[in-house]
Amino acid sequence: MFDQLDALLLARIQFAFTVSFHFIFPAFSIGLASYLAVLEGLWLKTGKQLYLDLFKYWLKIFAIAFAMGVVSGIVMSYQFGTNWSVFSDKAGPVIGPLMAYEVLTAFFLEAGFLGVMLFGMNKVGRKLHFTATLMVALGTFVSAFWILSVNSWMQTPVGHIIGENGQFLPGESWWDIVFNPSFPYRLVHTVMAAYLTTAFVVGGVGAWHLLKDRTNLHARKMFSMAMWMAALVTPLQIFAGDMHGLNTLEHQPQKVMAMEGHFQSHPDGAPLILFGIPDSEEKTVKYAIEIPKASSLILKHDADAPLAGLDTIPDDEEPPVGIVFWSFRIMVGLGFAMLGIGAWSLLARMRGKLYDWKWLHRGAILLAPAGFVAVIAGWITTEVGRQPYVIYGLLRTADAASPLDAPAVGASLLAFVLVYFTVFGVGVWYILRLMKSAPQTGEKGVKRGDKGPIRTAGITPGPTQNPGDPDVLPRNEEEAR
Amino acid sequence: MNIDLTVVWAFIIAFGIFAYVVMDGFDLGIGILFPTFEAGPERDKAMNSIAPVWDGNETWLVLGGGGLFAAFPLAYAIILPATYPLIIAMLLGLVFRGVAFEYRWRDEGHRRWWDAAFTGGSLVAAMAQGMTLGALLQGIEVVDRSYAGSWFDWLTPYTLLTGIGTVAGYALLGSTWLVWKLDGEGQAHARSLAKKAAWATLILMGAVSLYNVVLNAQYTERWLTAPEIYFVAPVPILTAVVAIALLRALGVERHSKPFWLSIALFFMGMAGLGATMWPYVVPPGVTIWDAAAPESSQIFMLIGVGITMPLIIAYTGWAYWVFRGKVGEEGYH
Ligand code: HDD
Ligand code: HEM
Ligand code: HEM
Repeated sequence: MFDQLDALLLARIQFAFTVSFHFIFPAFSIGLASYLAVLEGLWLKTGKQLYLDLFKYWLKIFAIAFAMGVVSGIVMSYQFGTNWSVFSDKAGPVIGPLMAYEVLTAFFLEAGFLGVMLFGMNKVGRKLHFTATLMVALGTFVSAFWILSVNSWMQTPVGHIIGENGQFLPGESWWDIVFNPSFPYRLVHTVMAAYLTTAFVVGGVGAWHLLKDRTNLHARKMFSMAMWMAALVTPLQIFAGDMHGLNTLEHQPQKVMAMEGHFQSHPDGAPLILFGIPDSEEKTVKYAIEIPKASSLILKHDADAPLAGLDTIPDDEEPPVGIVFWSFRIMVGLGFAMLGIGAWSLLARMRGKLYDWKWLHRGAILLAPAGFVAVIAGWITTEVGRQPYVIYGLLRTADAASPLDAPAVGASLLAFVLVYFTVFGVGVWYILRLMKSAPQTGEKGVKRGDKGPIRTAGITPGPTQNPGDPDVLPRNEEEAR
Repeated sequence: MNIDLTVVWAFIIAFGIFAYVVMDGFDLGIGILFPTFEAGPERDKAMNSIAPVWDGNETWLVLGGGGLFAAFPLAYAIILPATYPLIIAMLLGLVFRGVAFEYRWRDEGHRRWWDAAFTGGSLVAAMAQGMTLGALLQGIEVVDRSYAGSWFDWLTPYTLLTGIGTVAGYALLGSTWLVWKLDGEGQAHARSLAKKAAWATLILMGAVSLYNVVLNAQYTERWLTAPEIYFVAPVPILTAVVAIALLRALGVERHSKPFWLSIALFFMGMAGLGATMWPYVVPPGVTIWDAAAPESSQIFMLIGVGITMPLIIAYTGWAYWVFRGKVGEEGYH
């Protein structure tokens, strides 16, 4: 019995670890792919070298991030079977097809056009190359669409029937399954989160180079574009998050109770607990700092509306309150910090000081990783908040795991931890190193240009002498022609 | 309806797996052979010949896994726990080799390390895939819709043989691909590797086939008794024809022909495999009909496959076309 429990816990840790690591990369590359498309589009439209330079600068970073996203993603697609085989058997008929659609409509699209996007600029002409970039960007979005539909169905399952053998089977209409009640909210909130994540990285890198040289035109452009995103998208994101919360209140009330730290019901207006230490044993939030009735106001738009608490939920259906409570606050806190930077940048822009206010730049650097933290915190809120169920209300996590023994899962978990931290740690370091060098006029393309094989080889001439070289992205318009 | 959708899906999955095996097979094979290429331009060219396409090739693996999950969820739920250590090893191997494509250009000081990771990862992934196939063929114990065997069922002389056979087969695909894509010394080197790999593959394929026939009574009956033998007999005969053609093509100055013949050899292997397993998806007890998803799921996905697969094949073909020709050769535009 003990053994079983341990294997289950290890499998959960392994899933959480690998998926969190995986999601770091898409969170960045969904936004970056679109940003690259915008840059290339602007270059084609205006013919300005600046945009092409920025495109190539970020393309090198994109190539590394994308590779990490792909390999960590392949791990995910097999983990349902290796570690959650009962879940796979039962839910396969419903979610399997959605994931197959993801492969067919998104992964192939990304992968098919990625090679051309990275290496093919001299081979296919500009328009076609731009098309490839657009297809990769589209692919990242379509991928998010399907996988979030899957996840949302697990949060708010509808449209299925339960077969004789205990399997979940598709019901009347696939539409109901794909567009389940929490899906639109989750899609909007997550895709905007990815855009914000990218915007803050781009803004942070721009700010860093502005601090070193405030006349750097490339850095100015990046910073300005990123700050527009921060100023415009953050409020939308907060609004979307609020709507998402209301939807969750309707469909997964105990998750919201845990997020809010409401152990008790409040018949006449619930307080908003800003901070405090939730104690699940004693069923109370210690040292709570609260605003009376504000929670009812936010969630019900009526200060005196009654709000049920976890005391209405059987103990064995309560999610772990502490984790959900804190991760939610981290996300929301960072959301408001982003809002602050956005507003500050608007002010600076109005005063014509966008490239001068050093503290704004420092703030942007500080928040460069904020998107990643907020995204992971958001997912932890979502996923831990639905416990103890993996398919909400229908299949418990404890009943979903594979028949594996603890040592087997423990060993694989250890291997994942070691490999991920070294391999992805090194990758992140390479990315940081690329970011450290300032973007320049005549920025070179993916790998072949700088440390690429051709020059190292020492036989064939370097890219400068050999503009027609197939594997070098052009460095200016002439070369591109 | 008279068409049995489950059979259609079995063929679609088989097609996906075959596409994966030949496409990722050649780039895993290049990884396996990488150390035999001289550091410097030879290695760089070998790497560049697959850099634009490896991601697409590997996507077929996701289709294989995802497709199995969707079309035969029970099979997916049985096979993966049964071969747990192999799958984890394969995934980690793919992590190492996947990132090596980017990392080796980013860090000249540690390029050797990433080259080693590329080879090690490819080797582990190939071996694990072959052993998984062996573990499946030798049969998986199932009770109550789930895996009921013990820890090391997947480790037997037979699975080791299928593992090594797969490594050799991928090396054949990789080396014949390079015969096609390289010229000069690199090509000569690839050709000499291809000859060795061809012999190794043929011998191991023969050994696995013979082993198969005696592996269990079901297979023996399939391969050695009438009338079934009349249906399956063309497989070994055609395989022999392809094998001879391949060895001859490698003897003369050919460019792409050995590669296509290697693919044909794999196709025959796949046909033999299908003939052996049919109609089981998890031998010895679970048939494709036992494991199949309900009809509504099958139809829903079939629509998707029908629309997207031609497009996928078209743009994948286009991507290969863009990067056609010899790597690094003059006039390669
Ligand atoms: C840049 C990232 C980011 C930022 C700034 C925010 N969020 Fe968020 N949030 C996410 C990224 C995210 C996410 C990763 O996209 C999640 C995880 C799963 C999901 O559906 O979206 C999420 C989940 C999530 C949930 C859980 C929904 C559920 O599954 O039940 C709620 C209620 C909110 N968010 C609300 C907010 C509010 C009120 C914010 C305002 C400050 C906010 N989020 C900022
Ligand atoms: C990508 C961002 C995601 C993150 C950061 C994330 C995080 C987590 C975490 C922290 C857990 C463990 C919960 C606990 O043990 O209390 C978990 C569980 C799980 N998640 Fe997610 N998740 C993500 C996406 C998804 C998606 C898209 C799916 C489905 C398609 C999914 C399916 C699951 C499943 C099956 C479990 C089962 C294990 C469990 O509930 O403990 N997750 N996830
Ligand atoms: C547990 C759930 C998940 C699984 C099984 C999964 C699976 C995969 C796989 C197999 C790949 C590699 C595809 C290739 O070969 O090109 C991948 C990459 C990707 N995934 Fe995930 N994924 C999961 C969660 C997510 C989530 C939650 C999102 C977005 C909201 C997402 C978005 C992407 C994107 C955009 C890529 C492209 C590569 C990249 O941008 O880094 N995935 N995923």
